[in-house]
Amino acid sequence: MNAYSVHDARWGSPRVWFVAALVMAVAPWVFGSGLAITMLSQMGIAIIACLSYNMLLGQGGMLSFGHAVYTGLGAFVAIHALNRWSAAALPLPVSLVPLVGGVAGMGFAALFGYVTTRKSGTTFAMITLGLAELVFAMSLMVPEFFGGEGGVSGNRVVGTPAFGISFGPAIQVYYLIALYTLASVVLMYAFTQTPLGRLLNAVRDNPERVEFIGYNPHRVRYSAFIIAGFFAGISGGLGALNFEIVNAEVVGAARSGGYLLFTFLGGATFFFGPIVGAILMVLAFVLLSELTKAWLLYLGAVFMLMVMYAPGGIASLVMRNLQLARHGLLRPMLGAYGLLGLASGLCALGVSALIEMVYHRQLNAAMGTQLRFLGGAVDTASPLHWCTLGAALLLAAAFFEWARKRFAVQWDAAQQAIEQARLQHAGEAP
Amino acid sequence: MEFFIISMLNGLSYGLLLFMLSSGLTLIFSMMGVLNFAHASFYMLGAYIGYTLSGVLGFWPALVLAPLLTGALGALFERYCLRRVHPFGHVPELLITFGLTYVVLEVVQLLWGRIAVDFAPPPALQGPAFTLVNHSVEGLRWVWGAVPLTLCSAADASLRIVCSPFPATRGFMMLVALAMLLSLWLLLTRTRIGLVIQAALTHPDAVQALGHNVPRVFMLVFGAGAALAGLAGVIGGSTFLTEPAMAATVGSIVFVVVVVGGLGSLSGAFIASLLIGVVQTFAVALDYSVGSVLAAWGLGLSPAWQASSLGHLTIAQVAPILPYLLLVLILIFRPRGLLGTRDA
Repeated sequence: MNAYSVHDARWGSPRVWFVAALVMAVAPWVFGSGLAITMLSQMGIAIIACLSYNMLLGQGGMLSFGHAVYTGLGAFVAIHALNRWSAAALPLPVSLVPLVGGVAGMGFAALFGYVTTRKSGTTFAMITLGLAELVFAMSLMVPEFFGGEGGVSGNRVVGTPAFGISFGPAIQVYYLIALYTLASVVLMYAFTQTPLGRLLNAVRDNPERVEFIGYNPHRVRYSAFIIAGFFAGISGGLGALNFEIVNAEVVGAARSGGYLLFTFLGGATFFFGPIVGAILMVLAFVLLSELTKAWLLYLGAVFMLMVMYAPGGIASLVMRNLQLARHGLLRPMLGAYGLLGLASGLCALGVSALIEMVYHRQLNAAMGTQLRFLGGAVDTASPLHWCTLGAALLLAAAFFEWARKRFAVQWDAAQQAIEQARLQHAGEAP
Repeated sequence: MEFFIISMLNGLSYGLLLFMLSSGLTLIFSMMGVLNFAHASFYMLGAYIGYTLSGVLGFWPALVLAPLLTGALGALFERYCLRRVHPFGHVPELLITFGLTYVVLEVVQLLWGRIAVDFAPPPALQGPAFTLVNHSVEGLRWVWGAVPLTLCSAADASLRIVCSPFPATRGFMMLVALAMLLSLWLLLTRTRIGLVIQAALTHPDAVQALGHNVPRVFMLVFGAGAALAGLAGVIGGSTFLTEPAMAATVGSIVFVVVVVGGLGSLSGAFIASLLIGVVQTFAVALDYSVGSVLAAWGLGLSPAWQASSLGHLTIAQVAPILPYLLLVLILIFRPRGLLGTRDA
């Protein structure tokens, strides 16, 4: 992985946080529908989870397959706390429930992390996978805590409302989530600037040298793991408040895989990458899954392409193009970009038409052979339609290959020009 | 006694199946340092391709062709995807195989549907390979094949006869796994390509300098690993169930095997496979709970414990988590695995 850009000074300035707060405050008024508010709430929750995950993956080089253990257990403890409070009528505000989840996540991270963080790399990945399976299997065995198949449900409208806030309406919960999200993002950004945060980067890049200068890599990883567990737990607690039900799925492997997938898609090498990833995650889970049954296939394919061609994720693509723009090289490339975009759009269209047709044959065969695809109708029984599609796809692929080559030449030239400019600036080049 | 023998054989056959998978995984890992997350996906692909081919050509040609096809797919994946991310380091390599698991799972559902397909073993392998007949007077007897019902039911009520059949598919599974183990060992130690592979494990640069195409060796090893997984898939799929969830079920267990045995150690993987296969098979068959065991020792549990589900959990119910428990214990007390030599 490339260096983690903590030097990006624009991130630290209060102006950015102010704008972020403003966006979060205004968003529910811009997208006013109930669905939009639900999605915005989920985005806040996902942003905390993905950022805490990236504390491990991007900053610590720890590839975890079990991050849902900490968000999930945090959620379970939070919902139990909520139920206890309402049963005993304790005079504690509901807005503190996510903190309980955070402390729980921290506690479990302290418990499990001691074993898992002894090693990094492949071993770490495998242990986290094993632990995640262990916790998930346990969740079906201990119904007292995990609520069995049905899960644990709660009611967030507890006690007397303070300042008229009962947390009944979704919008009130959204603002609570927004507050927690903003605070967590600021804190997690601050963490990257602490000596521990910098040491964590050093441990990721070269644990041996860190050991030689007198630090214990295991302890550094362990501390970071506990802090990540805290934020994961907060995210879980917010989720428990938002949905008012927690079931075993929240500690499942699919959830952990989702965090990994989208943190990477957003970009693990930049602080803001996981935020992009989290927003995409909610969009994909809520909208894309409605649009097509094959959404996991598209997701997996996009992920593989991303790993192969843009391992820095969307964030790095954005930053690379911003760099081009700063050097005034973006404008001459717009033509190549347009062609590439057109070609890849055509290819994606053809491939997805093919996938949808196969899916239709496999899953909806009972509903006839007609398939509605982007406003048009295709007949999955007609060989003519299949052949036309195949031919169109071949043409699109050839067009794409041509556009890609053109683009690659220009891109390489632009990168070389930037490198040249950098060297000249440093006074190293003739 | 017959319970013990049959369970032991069941456990060993399951363990050998696990070894078919973990051997390919270990080979790939020790060669390229990549833990192939999608290994179980190749297992599933093997099962589904085997199912389709056996419908067209029959089971025995499918048993040969399906692993070859799976291996070819694996080699293609190595050539066009894995090799491209190799310069980025181990984490992206692991990630791309992780992405592949999603794609393979969805493609399998796309082509073969979301429910299990009916992949039956050939007639020669249906039914028991042998049956143990435990006669309360005549003692234990070994009978090849199935036993006629008349032999299993006693005419006299005072006699007790128990027949325990051992399925032929499981016997075949053991046979194939052992043959595979032997040929793998011979290939690695006795042939020229095996020696090149062994050399490329430790000194890739030197092997390259001697004129061998090391990237192609990597591709071959990856393909061979995928083919072994495909072979295990044809056998496992016809013995157990061919369904889209089969990769996830067996996948995480195989990772446990590889870590417990010691990353990169073939003999470690062998021991760990058998260990986990036997432990899991026996655990499923044992119906004792913490409460009942303590009660047998004359220790009563407190009422609170008796009421909780933890006191009622039987060993059979705990069976699914035993491999993971073993993994955690191994990592605490022997982090490099049973026979591992290096600290990963």
